[in-house]
Amino acid sequence: MKRRNLLIGMGAAFVAGCQKIGETAPGKALLEAAPNWHKNLHDALGGRTALAPEFQPEDISPDFRGNGSTNPANGDYQAQAAAGFADWRITVGGMVDNPMTLTMANLRALPQRTQITRHDCVEGWSAIGQWTGPQLSTLLDAANVQDGARFIVFRCADNLNGDDYYESVDMLDAYHPQTIIAHQLNGENLPVKNGAPARMRIERQLGYKHAKYVTAIEAVASLDNIGAGKGGYWEDRAGYQWYAGV
Amino acid sequence: MKSGTRKHALSTRLWHWINLICIAVLFMSGLNISNGHRRLYWGDWGFAPEQAWLEVPRFPGWMTIPDYYSLAQARDWHILMAWPFALMLLFIWVAMLANRHFKRDISTTRREWKPANVWADIKAHARFDFEHGGGKYNFLQKVSYGLVLGIFLPMMVFTGMAISPGVEPWFGWLVDILGGRQSARSLHFIFAWAVFAFFVVHVALVIVHKPLKHMWGMIAGGRISGPDTAEEPS
Repeated sequence: MKRRNLLIGMGAAFVAGCQKIGETAPGKALLEAAPNWHKNLHDALGGRTALAPEFQPEDISPDFRGNGSTNPANGDYQAQAAAGFADWRITVGGMVDNPMTLTMANLRALPQRTQITRHDCVEGWSAIGQWTGPQLSTLLDAANVQDGARFIVFRCADNLNGDDYYESVDMLDAYHPQTIIAHQLNGENLPVKNGAPARMRIERQLGYKHAKYVTAIEAVASLDNIGAGKGGYWEDRAGYQWYAGV
Repeated sequence: MKSGTRKHALSTRLWHWINLICIAVLFMSGLNISNGHRRLYWGDWGFAPEQAWLEVPRFPGWMTIPDYYSLAQARDWHILMAWPFALMLLFIWVAMLANRHFKRDISTTRREWKPANVWADIKAHARFDFEHGGGKYNFLQKVSYGLVLGIFLPMMVFTGMAISPGVEPWFGWLVDILGGRQSARSLHFIFAWAVFAFFVVHVALVIVHKPLKHMWGMIAGGRISGPDTAEEPS
C-alpha cells in the first residue's frame, strides 16, 4: 500500500532528522543541558533535606537483584572475599585536611543509619531493601573537606568490560542524611552481588550512582581529569546522564 | 480578519504542532527505554518475571529514537522533550480557559450525555457523517479531546514525574496515589498507548474527512463554517 509506505517513510525521516539534530552542536548542548534543568528544579523543591521514602520491614522485596558487576574477577577481590574482607580498606582523600584509611571494623564502629529504601535501576525495575552503614557526612566531617571541593568521587574495586567502575555526586547528595556507606543489606553482611563489603546509597538517584565495592572516597574540585571526565563509569562509557534523578 | 472568526486560535495551532513533535519524540524514545526492561509490575517494586503482569514485546529499531538500542541516548531525548511537552500542556490549558475554547467547544452538558444523544452521535460517526450542527465539535469529539487534554496527557506528565527518584522526596504523595513506583511506570506505559490510540483514530478521521481542509485549517487557522460564523469575538 502506497499510503502505508508513505507513513513509514515519514517516520524514518523523522527519526533520521532527530538523530541529525542531536549531532549538531546546539542539539548536543540542549540534550546535555536538559538533565540539569531537572536537577535544578529538584534541588529547588527538594533541597538538602527532603528524604527519599522509607518503607516498612514487610515491604522488603524477597530478593535484591544485582546488576552490573555481580562478582568481580579482577585484582585481589576474590582473595579478599575469601578472607571475609578482613584486609579491605577504604581511603578518604583528595581535597581533605585529614586523609584517612578505614577498615571494615572502623566503618562498623561509627554511628550507623538504617533505612529501608527502594532501589530504582535505570533499566526500569525496582527492589526494596534495608541498608545499614555510617552516613557519608560523618566521614567527610572527620576528614574535613576543603572549601574548593565540589564533588565526591567513589572509586570501586570492580573492573567492568576493561574500565574501573567509579561514580561521583555533588556536595548536596554527599551530605544528604540518607547517603550512607552500606555494609549490611537486610541485617546481614552485604552479598557479593550487591557490592560487598561496602557500597554507596545515593537514595534520590538511579542505581548506577550507587557505587559498589567501594575502595576510596575522594573530594575533588572538578571531574574533568577523572576517567573520561563525565563523572562516572556509565557516563563515560555510554553517555548516561550524570544527574540520575530523572 | 478578527481572531474570533478563525476556526482554530493561534494558541491552539501552535500547541497542536509543537505537541505533535514532542509526543512523537517522547513516544519513540520511550519505546527504546521500554526495551531496557521489558516487564511491567504493580506496586512499589518488581524485577523478576514472576512478579510481572505484562511481558512487553521488544520494539524494533524503526519504531524507536535512536533507531538502535541505546538507553542512554533515548533517555537524553526523553529528558529533553519532557520540558516542552509539559510546559506546552500548561500553556494550552491556560489559553483554553482564557479564550473560552474549553468551555465553548470541549466541555459537555448533561443533555449531551443522554444515551439517545450518545447513540445518535455514534451512528452518525459510523455513517462518516461529521456534521456538527451549530457547535464546533460533536459529542464524541468533545469527549475524546477532553479525555486526551484532561487525563491522558496530564497523566503522562504525572506518571513520568512519579518514576523519577529525584521528584519523589518532595512529591511523594503523587507516587502513593498512583499505587507505588512500579504502578506509576505501568500507568506511564498504558497512557502512552492510549495517546497513541487517540493519534491513530484522530489521523484516520482527518484522512477520511477532508484531510487537506483540516490540515490547512490547523496551520493557517481556517474559517468557521455553518450558522455560527458570526460568533462573539473572543
